[in-house]
Amino acid sequence: MFNEFEILETIRMFQEQHLDVRTITMGISLMDCATSDSKQTSQRIYDKICKQAEHLVQTGEDISREYGIPIIHKRISVTPISLVAASGETNDYTCYARALDRAAAEVGVNFIGGFSALVQKGYSNSDRALLASIPEALATTELVCSSVNLATSRTGINMDAVRDMGEIILKTAELTADRDALGCCKLVVFANAPEDNPFMAGAFLGPGEPECVINVGVSGPGVVKHALESARGQNLGVVAETIKKAAFKITRVGQLVAREASRRLDVPFGIIDLSLAPTPVVGDSIARILEEFGLETCGAWGTTAALAMLNDAVKKGGTMASSFVGGLSGAFIPVSEDEGMIAAVNSGALSLEKLEAMTCVCSVGIDMVAIPGDTPAEIISGIIADEMAIGTFNNKTTAVRIIPVPGKNVGDTVSYGGLLGSAPIMSVNQASPAEFIKRGGRIPAPIHSMRN
Amino acid sequence: MSEQNKKKTAVITVVGHDRVGIIAAVSKLLAEQGVNINDISQTILQDVFTMIMLVDLADMRSDIKLLADELEHLGNELEISIRIQHADIFDAMHRI
Repeated sequence: MFNEFEILETIRMFQEQHLDVRTITMGISLMDCATSDSKQTSQRIYDKICKQAEHLVQTGEDISREYGIPIIHKRISVTPISLVAASGETNDYTCYARALDRAAAEVGVNFIGGFSALVQKGYSNSDRALLASIPEALATTELVCSSVNLATSRTGINMDAVRDMGEIILKTAELTADRDALGCCKLVVFANAPEDNPFMAGAFLGPGEPECVINVGVSGPGVVKHALESARGQNLGVVAETIKKAAFKITRVGQLVAREASRRLDVPFGIIDLSLAPTPVVGDSIARILEEFGLETCGAWGTTAALAMLNDAVKKGGTMASSFVGGLSGAFIPVSEDEGMIAAVNSGALSLEKLEAMTCVCSVGIDMVAIPGDTPAEIISGIIADEMAIGTFNNKTTAVRIIPVPGKNVGDTVSYGGLLGSAPIMSVNQASPAEFIKRGGRIPAPIHSMRN
Repeated sequence: MSEQNKKKTAVITVVGHDRVGIIAAVSKLLAEQGVNINDISQTILQDVFTMIMLVDLADMRSDIKLLADELEHLGNELEISIRIQHADIFDAMHRI
C-alpha cells in the first residue's frame, strides 16, 4: 500500500521539517446581526459567533491528533464590521470590537479578523466611523484583527484613505506604546484584498461569501527547504520541479484537513490558501529557502528572482493538489516572523527598499516591519501608496503591516513573542512625500482594468 | 479499497534504538485494544530501528485518540517514538 520511504518521508516532514496546517479559519457571515441598536447588534454578533464556532477548536484538535498533523491555529473571519454596523446609532465602533473579542475568547480561537472596511473607491459614513475606531478598538481588545482595503485593480487607489491610514497606524502605535505598538501587528491595509483569506491579520469574510465556510491555510517552508537541499548544484528547472512536488504534498495535507473539518463541522469547504508561511523557529524560514537557491543572504541581488520562482512554483504544485484554491496563495515575507529575514536585516543585506521590490512577486507585501516611532504619518502613507500601486498596477494582492514603535530607533529590536516574533527596527528614507500625500483624491484604475 | 475501510486503516511508526521486546510490547497493547495488525515491516535505517505497521481499527475498543495516548506513553517507557496516524494522510500525500 505505501512503501517505507513514503511513510518515513511524511513522518519526517511533520517531525523535523515543521510541516503544519497553519490555520483552520471559519468564516461567519454577520449580515443578519445588523440592527439599529449597537448593544443589540453586539449581542447578536457575540451569540452568532459562539453558536457557529462552538466546536471549531475541538474539531481542529481532534483532527490534529487522529492524523498526526499539527494544526497551529483555529481562527474566525467575519463580515467587515463597517457593513454590519452601518445602520447602528453610534459612531464609536469599539463596542463591536469588544463583542468580537469576547466571542473569540469564549470559543477559544486565537484571532478573529473582520474589524474591516472596503474603501477602495471611497468612504461610506460607516467606513469613516470604523476607521476612526481602529486605534481604540485594537488597544482595548486582545484577539481582534483589523484590515482595510484601500485599492483594487478595477477601481484604482483611494488616496484619501491612504493618507488617513498613515495617521491611524501612528495613533494605534501610540495607544499601544506600552506594548511596543502591538496594535499595529493586528492592523493591515490591502490592495486587492481577497475575500476568503484565512490568514491574519487580513482575514475577513467578503460580502460575496457564503453564510459559513471553512478556509484552510497550509504552511511548510521547512519542507521546501529540505527538498531543495537534495537539489543542490542542479539547474533552476530542477529547482522549480522540486518545489512543485513539495508544494503538492503540502497542499494535499491541507486539502485532507479542510475536507475533514468541513465534514465534521457540517460547514462547506471554501478554499485552500497555498501560502508558505514562516515562523520564527529555526528551520521554518522563507529567507533560508531563498538562500538555498544560492544567495549568500536574503536581500542579496537575485533575491527577487528567486522569490518570484519560488512563489510561482508553489502555486503550480499546489493548484493541482486542491479542488479550490484561493486566499493569498504564495510565499509570505514577514520580517519579524522569519528567523532568516531578521538575520538578513541585522546583517545589513535586507533593506526596506529591497523588501518593496520583493513584494512585487510575493504573495503579500511589507509585512511585520518595525520602523522608528517618530516616522511622520505622511512617510507611512507614502510607503502604503507605493505598495498599493504595486498591487493595483500589477493585478496582485499587496499589503502593508508596519509597526512604528514609539521610543525605538534603528539599532533597537522589539520582541512580541510567539509567532509574531521579534523585529529589528529598520531604517526609513526620510525624504518627504508630504505634498503628494496631502493632495488626496483617487489614483485612477490602470488602463488594463478595462477588460470588458 | 473502499472509503469505509480506508477510514479504519492506520499506520503506526516506531522509530528509535533497537532493543529486546519492542514488537512484543506494541503488539500486546494493540491486541488488548482489539486492533488487528494487517502488515508489519521493520528495517534498520541509518542505525535507527524503524518499524511500520498497518493496522485495522474496525474492531477497536477505544478510539484512535486514546490509542495514540497509550502508544505515546509506551514509547516513553521504551525510550522510542511511537506514532499512529490515519492512513488517509499517506494516501493524500503520495497518491494522486
